Amino acid sequence: MKDTRVTEMEEVAIRFSGDSGDGMQLTGTLFSDASALFGNDISTFPDYPSEIRAPQGTVGGVSGFQVQFGRKQINTPGDFAHVLIAMNPAALKANAKFMNPGGTIIYDVDSFNEKNLAKANFTTDDPFAECHLDDFVKIPVPMTELTRESLKEFGLDNKSILRSKNMFALGLVCWMFNRPLDYIDEYIRTKFGKKPGVAESNIKVLHDGFNYGMNLQHMTPNFIVHPAEIEKGIYRNISGNVATAWGFLAASEKSGRPLFLGSYPITPATEILSTLSERKDLGVKTFQAEDEIAGIASAIGASFAGNLAITTTSGPGLALKSEAIGLAVMAEVPLVIVNVQRGGPSTGLPTKTEQSDLLQALYGRNGESPAVVIAASTPSDCFNYAFIASKIALERMVPVILLTDGFLGNGSEPWRIPSMSELPEIKPRFAQNPETFKAYARDPETLAREWAIPGTPGFEHRIGGLEKNIAGNVSHDPDNHQINSETREAKVQRVVDMVPDLEVYGDEEGDVLLVGWGGTYGHMISAARELRQEGRNVSLAHFNYIKPLPKNTVEVFSKFKKIIVGELNLGQFAGYLRNMVPQFTYYQVNKMKGLPFTVNELKQSVYKLLEE
Amino acid sequence: MAELLQYTVKDFKSENEVRWCPGCGDYAIMNAVQRTMAGMGIPREKFAVISGIGCSSRFPYYMSTYGFHTIHGRATAVASGVKLANPELNVWVITGDGDGMAIGGNHFIHLIRRNIDLNVILFNNRIYGLTKGQYSPTSERGKKTKTSPFGTIEDPFVPGQLVIGARGTFFARSIDGNLKLSQSVFESAASHKGTSMVEVLQNCVIFNDGAHDMLTDPLYRADRQLILEHGKPMIFGANNDKGIAFDNRGKLKVVTIGENGVTADDILVHDETEQDPTLHMALINMQLPEFPVALGVIRKVEAPVYDAEMVAQIKQVQQTAKVKCVDDLLKSGNTWEVK
Repeated sequence: MKDTRVTEMEEVAIRFSGDSGDGMQLTGTLFSDASALFGNDISTFPDYPSEIRAPQGTVGGVSGFQVQFGRKQINTPGDFAHVLIAMNPAALKANAKFMNPGGTIIYDVDSFNEKNLAKANFTTDDPFAECHLDDFVKIPVPMTELTRESLKEFGLDNKSILRSKNMFALGLVCWMFNRPLDYIDEYIRTKFGKKPGVAESNIKVLHDGFNYGMNLQHMTPNFIVHPAEIEKGIYRNISGNVATAWGFLAASEKSGRPLFLGSYPITPATEILSTLSERKDLGVKTFQAEDEIAGIASAIGASFAGNLAITTTSGPGLALKSEAIGLAVMAEVPLVIVNVQRGGPSTGLPTKTEQSDLLQALYGRNGESPAVVIAASTPSDCFNYAFIASKIALERMVPVILLTDGFLGNGSEPWRIPSMSELPEIKPRFAQNPETFKAYARDPETLAREWAIPGTPGFEHRIGGLEKNIAGNVSHDPDNHQINSETREAKVQRVVDMVPDLEVYGDEEGDVLLVGWGGTYGHMISAARELRQEGRNVSLAHFNYIKPLPKNTVEVFSKFKKIIVGELNLGQFAGYLRNMVPQFTYYQVNKMKGLPFTVNELKQSVYKLLEE
Repeated sequence: MAELLQYTVKDFKSENEVRWCPGCGDYAIMNAVQRTMAGMGIPREKFAVISGIGCSSRFPYYMSTYGFHTIHGRATAVASGVKLANPELNVWVITGDGDGMAIGGNHFIHLIRRNIDLNVILFNNRIYGLTKGQYSPTSERGKKTKTSPFGTIEDPFVPGQLVIGARGTFFARSIDGNLKLSQSVFESAASHKGTSMVEVLQNCVIFNDGAHDMLTDPLYRADRQLILEHGKPMIFGANNDKGIAFDNRGKLKVVTIGENGVTADDILVHDETEQDPTLHMALINMQLPEFPVALGVIRKVEAPVYDAEMVAQIKQVQQTAKVKCVDDLLKSGNTWEVK
């Protein structure tokens, strides 16, 4: 046996796991940021319960945070973790199924006592055997005792000492992966700027954890993961929800329209509201309404009054907003509706991810009620799609539904910061001539009407939810309703000229085309890449534009023998494609576990298809 | 000095044919609104009229201002967005007892709580007219309608009570037939900073004709209406000899000057600016036959106004902000360079 066990790896996935009160989200975030600063590409996935504080020590209260980092492109947080940090028996139990065979488990041996084993419903005193983890590398670390020892000079109470345990774990993991501590030190000093005692105690424990790993290196494994080769530029780590919020800020600045957000708190979309609430410096108006309906209704009012108007929500909230989206469709006002999808139906799985609101976004309204539907595919490209959604809404006078999901919204990745000068222009369709203005006169190319902002003389007009004539006045004329219904649909379809062609990853023709949309991109591209490395004739087409579909969709599809559509629902996009592009056969791979795909399960479904 | 702009009622009428039923109380209310707007010296493009769903909510189509006929119950929420997005606009909301008190009840109370600077006119005909005669949240207990053939078994809302309960800063009541009174309370509402809530008792000639007859009958109305004026004693009656006073338990009572030793000095003087809502609530609660019904501006008090506070907060933050544009924001915080 060697004194030190050094393993060089291309990529590593680590899962931090403990009680919801153990600070695992912060621990994971700090480690991720330190890895990004070190130069690795990263992808993160917080996995936490919807209860704020479920009973301590129980499996229901376990909060996890997985990060994958590596020297090459990282598109997913990793199917399975190579290293698990388990702060108690419940964390072990909850995460056993997410472990890579032969992985390493570092656990706080002090908390693996009879009481905690019972709380986690273990029936024997060997939790590892019970979880079938016999072949794993298990490293017991007396974290509680060592933290207590580390802090004995500080005169802290027991509760404060226990709260610092996560820093010990973080220090130890930083040693294992050669992460420098200076970034984390700085973070702690800034965060606890007004409480220098707290800052110093946390830093002490962090460094003691690091030193523990170094001193006992005969028993803790040491990994080397070299920095990735990535595009030059200034980077930051960004989550999907923050990226979404910032994309709207960029669109507001580009279009010259003030930004208004009418919203109501709902998991996992709330962070967009809170992020924009912080931006009074950029003149953003955020309105936390009394309910979801008032959230969108106020946004529609703001849109009528000339702002770039946004409303943000998640599944159940989108259901509540349905009638008002219909009003935006009928009145033809620019509006962006963000749905950070979560597990449904009803309250469903609020903190878990899913893609099951696609049909709701497309069709979930009374009447023929077409809206543009687009979807972001990675945490950082939420910025681009929020920007593009705003551009489409403002230039085409149409509501746009932007779909993200809990995985994108909470997940994060490094993002090369763009400069505002790189972004395209946004030119709202302001009304030009009061002599000829009619509320529903249209551009012959785009079918978009003009936007006359209240307060501007000469353009006074009325709009509303009733069917109307060209002037905006009520009309029950049968022919008029037929024409208007077709026109509203055609207007959405003509957005296609703003939609880039569908790109194919891999060869442009072949045996299997893997098709995905939205938040599954990271897993889809990883599966396609690995399949191709194995010599399989597989390509990927991943959709960001759902309605309208890209112009070249049929052309792309027609070059493959088989098409398989993967999505986190029971087949909604596949069904939509059968309706819109009926000439092809669509195989399906679907998952409804509140979790992202694993790369492996996508690959398995392709193997199966290739054998058929 | 800026020249005061001169407008007439005609400037606020749209080209659309008005389609309320002949004899509907809505005509008179719209007339009073147009007269009020014409007298404000503000050009029509600065007005936005927002409505929900119901007979009265067709209102914006008949106005020459900017207008938005929205969806059922949500006019107050849409109008909140209009005002916050563009605080320069003079925003009016048209709603009814179904639209504002039933489906839109939540938005109604939260608008009042926030005190956004909107003028709301609540047309109260105590019935659903557009859906042809079902009882509404302001229909009296026992009311027989198509959906309550044996009479309702529920008590109505009194809109003014909700306004006080939601910490309202302005409440007035008028009657459709009294154009002069309506115009004066609309003018007062327009001058108020914050949410002005005006309940107009309105007659539906088709489905609830005579709902307010007890109050409006010319023979008795002087004895049944108390038209409040700020700073004036609460005197009413055909002979101007009746008034409102406190009884020995601090409750309101009707007294007659010259009887039982009552003099003009015993009559309460109306103070619409009193912050304590106790007396305003008591006035709102007065009902026939024991009391006259209080009309006019009942409450008009100053309080922070949401839209103004929002603008002020943004200005304040911007004064010391380091982030001046999106590029600043993108580069702020933790970043690193890949070379």
